[in-house]
Amino acid sequence: MATIIIPTPLRKFTNNTARLNIQAGNVKGVVEELTLNFPDLKKHLLDDQGNIRSFVNVFVGDEDIRNLQQENTLIKEETVISIVPAIAGGLA
Amino acid sequence: MLIIEQKPLDEMYQDALQSFPDECCGFFFGSDIGDERIVTNIMVVNNSKAGDKRKRFEIAPKDYLDAERFADENELKLLGVYHSHPNHPAIPSEHDRVAAQPYFSYVIISVNETGIAEIRSWQMNDNLQFEEEKTENKFINQNK
Repeated sequence: MATIIIPTPLRKFTNNTARLNIQAGNVKGVVEELTLNFPDLKKHLLDDQGNIRSFVNVFVGDEDIRNLQQENTLIKEETVISIVPAIAGGLA
Repeated sequence: MLIIEQKPLDEMYQDALQSFPDECCGFFFGSDIGDERIVTNIMVVNNSKAGDKRKRFEIAPKDYLDAERFADENELKLLGVYHSHPNHPAIPSEHDRVAAQPYFSYVIISVNETGIAEIRSWQMNDNLQFEEEKTENKFINQNK
């Protein structure tokens, strides 16, 4: 099963678990399984259309899935997936 | 209640002053017991925003991953993000709000050409709106 690393700010929705093992064929499947098991994560990961929010980055290994096959990026047994919240802001 | 120890506080101020008139940014770490968060360490991060850094900041995903790794390796909690508002109050903007994460404390340092004006901390509530977090070391003045 692939390992998914939950970022600190979202661990309150995964019973403070930092690493989860999920069986899925691609990134989309991982996110679906994750939000099924932890429904409170949904509004922080997905937009109203069910797509991964623009402020959420998903890395497979060291690579942003935007540089791979997006949500269709394939997952292997040993794959490590990291959810990386975008950190940005400013006064105007 | 967010308590920032003197050393990390000084480091945040130094970053805000040195980066002026651009915005600075970074992470802070420490412990989280009950309602009390104690900041013991910071990680200064490059403001990777392309374009005008005087009004915006952005942290590269790799820097975020480094911060999580630092917390794990040092058995600390990644408690939040700090950034500066040059020539502007320490009040979060709409840009700050839309990108805000739950749980994190968002420390904003107001800085101008005469020094640090104020420091305040904010947290996102369940309605995705910012609420001010009580802090120690509030309204400390530090000249350049």
